[in-house]
Amino acid sequence: MLDEELGKLTEFHYNHCPEYKKILDSLNFDVTKSHSYAELPFIPVRLFKFYDLLSCPKEEIVKTMTSSGTSGQAVSKIYLSAQNTKNQSKTLTEIITSFIGKQRLPLLLLDTEMVKKDRSMFSARGAGIIGFSMFGRDTTYALDADMKLDIEKVAEFLEKHQDEPILMFGYTYMIWQFVVKELKKLGKNFNIKNGILFHIGGWKKLKDEAVDVFTYNKTINDVMGNIRVYNYYGMAEQLGSVFVQCEHGHMHCSNYSDIITRHPSDFTPCEFGEKGIIQLLSVLPESYPGHSLLTEDEGVILGEDDCPCGRKGKYFEIKGRIKNAEIRGCSDTYERR
Amino acid sequence: MTTLEAYTKAFTDTFGITDEEAKNLKFQDIKAWDSVGHMGLIAAIEEAFDIMMETDDIVDLSSFDKGKEILKKYDVEID
Repeated sequence: MLDEELGKLTEFHYNHCPEYKKILDSLNFDVTKSHSYAELPFIPVRLFKFYDLLSCPKEEIVKTMTSSGTSGQAVSKIYLSAQNTKNQSKTLTEIITSFIGKQRLPLLLLDTEMVKKDRSMFSARGAGIIGFSMFGRDTTYALDADMKLDIEKVAEFLEKHQDEPILMFGYTYMIWQFVVKELKKLGKNFNIKNGILFHIGGWKKLKDEAVDVFTYNKTINDVMGNIRVYNYYGMAEQLGSVFVQCEHGHMHCSNYSDIITRHPSDFTPCEFGEKGIIQLLSVLPESYPGHSLLTEDEGVILGEDDCPCGRKGKYFEIKGRIKNAEIRGCSDTYERR
Repeated sequence: MTTLEAYTKAFTDTFGITDEEAKNLKFQDIKAWDSVGHMGLIAAIEEAFDIMMETDDIVDLSSFDKGKEILKKYDVEID
């Protein structure tokens, strides 16, 4: 089913996005033939930094997402139609509620309300916060405008909801830097009896501090109470179809997405267990050609359908960013061809 | 206040528009009704009728009319 959907999307974007057509033509790719999804063309994510890639009339664009990525130079621009935005929300809802249930829980956002200030040009960080707000109620921000933990506000919130499960959301490193470290410094503990934390974002800075997933989750429990911690992974370029880490520390594909890892030397697919550059496929992107993207992350696919957690599909582990030289290599190749 | 008045007030208060403007409004029609505004609207509606909507319904509430339909599920008749 994924094959068919992704094939259709490739043909759709070929016919509606002139720049995308140029790329596929230069690869001599025939969109009218059927292909397995591993044969479908993939474009490097950074193309969204240099080109305005969209597959619908500009008047239909209701939101432009921007993301600086880690390079911090040019920003990606992702053009979203109303339908595309809706599909993203629906998919995110399906994936997240499969972990937390349908009931909306009191939500503590481990971030500052300032992130939603600039509404015309949405940052990925702000969009993540707003997107997640749908799962909660009585939404409360834990950090003030200066990114300082407002311990009194949090205490008040937790007391008000002391007999309920508490939902939390934030960005991986910011939680560590501005909440965990602050709680440790103050010698305080949230003492949550039943909490769920979803977090997203890079691990690079944490690795520099020698913090791995295990340490991270344990420390969260040390300073916040009894918390189920879910890390999830996704790109601004494919919002909605996120990958969530299960209890066994494995990232899982949803029904809307898939992953392929590729050898950096010739871009052929890797075997399970072999490290490669991560390509992500999603059936959601309609208003921009982002359904098959080569990321700038490396990872290992660990298996398919046989994770001890019982979830179906491929599961994987992310190994971090690829080196700059390699990235430049592959995007150059694409532009030259 | 009738339920229709209360429902309309959630829109006019959240987005700073008139009753007339609210009637045919759809998501993204005006700047104020973006995804940030949407969560504000949901909070206003929930408070007005003392209900809590499911996440699916929050996503589906894409127009003034659609909202009326969704609220039936929560035993709120807008008239």
